[in-house]
Amino acid sequence: MANSILSVRKVTKIFGGLIAVNSLDLELAENGIHSVIGPNGAGKTTLFNCITGFYKPESGEILFQGHHLEYLSPDRVTRLGISRTYQNIRLFTNLSALENILVGQHPRLHTGMLGSIFKTPGMVKEEKEALAEARRLLAFVGLTGKGDHLSKNLPYGDQRRLEIARALASKPKVLLLDEPTAGMNPSETQEMVHFILRLRDELGITVLLIEHEMRVVMKISEVVTVLDFGQKIAEGTPAQIQSDSHVIEAYLGRGAASGLAQNEAKAKA
Amino acid sequence: MKKILSSSWFIPLQIGSIAGITGILMSLVGMVEEFAKRDIIAGIIEMGQTLVFINLLVAGYFAASRSQRAQAYLRVIEGGLAGAIATFFLWILVQLIPPLDLRSIFLNASPALIKVLTFDREGAAALGVMLTAGFLSGLAGGLIQSLPARYRTAVVRGLIWVAMLGLLQDLIRVTLLNFPGVGTALQWMFGSRNEKGLSVAGAIAVFVVVTGGSILQSNQATSLSARVGRLPAKQQQFIRWGGLLLAGAIVFYLPQVLGLYLSEVANQVGLFILMGLGLNIVVGFAGLLDLGYVAFFAIGAYVMGYLTTTAIGPESGQIIYGPQLNFWQALPIAVLISLVAGVILGVPVLNIRGDYLAIVTLGFGEIIRILAGSDFLKPYIGGSQGIVQVAPITIAGVDFNSPQKLYYLIILGILLATFVSWRLRDSRIGRAWKALREDEDVAQAMGIHLVSTKLMAFATGAAFAGMSGAIFASKIGSIYPHSFKLLVSINVLALIIVGGMGSLPGVFVGALILVGLPELLREFSEYRLLIYGVLLIIMMLTKPEGFIPETTHKRELHEEEPGTV
Repeated sequence: MANSILSVRKVTKIFGGLIAVNSLDLELAENGIHSVIGPNGAGKTTLFNCITGFYKPESGEILFQGHHLEYLSPDRVTRLGISRTYQNIRLFTNLSALENILVGQHPRLHTGMLGSIFKTPGMVKEEKEALAEARRLLAFVGLTGKGDHLSKNLPYGDQRRLEIARALASKPKVLLLDEPTAGMNPSETQEMVHFILRLRDELGITVLLIEHEMRVVMKISEVVTVLDFGQKIAEGTPAQIQSDSHVIEAYLGRGAASGLAQNEAKAKA
Repeated sequence: MKKILSSSWFIPLQIGSIAGITGILMSLVGMVEEFAKRDIIAGIIEMGQTLVFINLLVAGYFAASRSQRAQAYLRVIEGGLAGAIATFFLWILVQLIPPLDLRSIFLNASPALIKVLTFDREGAAALGVMLTAGFLSGLAGGLIQSLPARYRTAVVRGLIWVAMLGLLQDLIRVTLLNFPGVGTALQWMFGSRNEKGLSVAGAIAVFVVVTGGSILQSNQATSLSARVGRLPAKQQQFIRWGGLLLAGAIVFYLPQVLGLYLSEVANQVGLFILMGLGLNIVVGFAGLLDLGYVAFFAIGAYVMGYLTTTAIGPESGQIIYGPQLNFWQALPIAVLISLVAGVILGVPVLNIRGDYLAIVTLGFGEIIRILAGSDFLKPYIGGSQGIVQVAPITIAGVDFNSPQKLYYLIILGILLATFVSWRLRDSRIGRAWKALREDEDVAQAMGIHLVSTKLMAFATGAAFAGMSGAIFASKIGSIYPHSFKLLVSINVLALIIVGGMGSLPGVFVGALILVGLPELLREFSEYRLLIYGVLLIIMMLTKPEGFIPETTHKRELHEEEPGTV
């Protein structure tokens, strides 16, 4: 197994009386695609929020390349090299597509107040490079020519890809994608699958994916983790997960699981 | 009969009633009567009736635009009906005033008002004239509505110009009389010297020129800016520099042309522009709703006052100790202290968002004002008696305090603030502010440090207000706590909203409309807030993005043009 880049260890997050994430362990292998699945309310997005610093977990630790993330604010986490997208797209709606990506580059740029006012040579150079990089990312996600559109005016699929481009702008090592194919038709989904594979293969990014579309999960994941009521109920390769009775129980109910078990028994007999 | 009662006639009835009630309200608060003192077209139309007419025109316009009828002429007639219904309300008001002795409750329900409303007729003649006038005005409104869009804007523009020129005629006359050869033209346009408003010929001329020009302009297939954009880069640059030079020359010579009074008005507008530019960074760019912005204006003014006052000593009304600096020594200190105050306010409100932020900053503004008036600080800043004998602005010993000279200082300040705002807007910092405005959580997840980014916005905004306050203190020569009321904050916020949130030219336009116009129409100052409120409501309903909305830059393709690389 490849080196672990991100480790979640015994993380628990409680909202009032509800245990959203319960003593969860997760190891993210470097340069891999790792999916998290589970029914609604299983704690998937809460896990993302814990990793990216939006929530402080009640207990447990999150380690990223030797750094503890559980005490850091979201901007510090991003600076370390983790960025994310959102389940419901959250672009800066009144900024242009290009500006969205430029904002994404914020932590990599250094121009301060005075540099901006006096337009120092360093600032001009940095700005020029940032713009070039933004155009490159725009091309990478296939949005060339749409950079000057307000992001709220882009079609849905473009908004999804723009959000990923914005997340890539900070040059992350780990990218968390929260349901990137939600609301997409089959051909758009297919495109997104290729795109995610390119992220790993061309940019060397480690991807942690929340996804409901099982065909996507099974196709691209190296490891799948299944959550239910905040707990990990199964983990393994797609093939292992597909035949796991706990998983089927969580998704389809107890009857289906026992039915499957009987089938298996019959097959063995 | 049945047809008339069917619901399709409901629209003129509804809109007419609304306009009627609006008309009654305007009459009873005294606007009609007060405005009647100003003529728009000398001897024929005065402002009071115009107010009534505008109300009817608007009623006709909306009745026609809301109407569901297919035929244009029926829609126009519905507009006329709405106007007639509205005047019927006014007629009822006129009938009720004497028997009910309304004047004992509403001071303004005077015989003079009745005279304006009834066109000086009585009995049935009054009703007839009023209904006819109402119907015709409504009809006119409906007609305007039924015009194709570009003629419609042209006509509306023409009417607005006639009204504005008529209202401001004495100012225009005084200003332009200094120019040789203009006198006869003015004579023709505005009539003889002691008349007010435009002459009939002048009004028609203005209307024809403005409307015709507007139609001609819209007839051109391409706009002027598009045609300039097609010229080669060198010519474009030439035009741009030429335009800039021309604007500079106009701005430079303006006080000579404007004279004393108008320069004073320009200065007041200028101080508000300066504040507006600052608040535009806080609210327009960074989206931090600050309702206590006047606090920084006050701090700038008080620092200037304290550092430069010559009224020193233990007597009442004097401050105990002051370093008696001159204006130029005190100005950077005032700006710096305002900036620090911006940071100090910023720290406790870092985690407060939206409505709550507005309330907290509102409180901060009031705290500063009350502190300024408190006995506790009286030995230092004069309490409710304020600070007097604030040092005037001098350059090399020469007094600089006349409005026409002060103008240049304020222009300099505005240029500086505009430059800083403009550079920041298109930089990494400006982008961080805008991201913050759009979605604070996501902005933070983009790696933006919330604390420093917010504090930078507060500090920059406060510094501009401090500069404005410092100049204000020296200009007036004495400052009192009551100059720094909540209303100033609201004024500045309103001018940003009217101009366009986050837009730099919007600040200028907003300040001219909301500060400049009321100064020029002083006799209506009683209704200033009423008009303000109405204007804001209309803006929010029809043009919530402001007169000059914020634009996003086209940067994907434009940067690499052959001319610039």
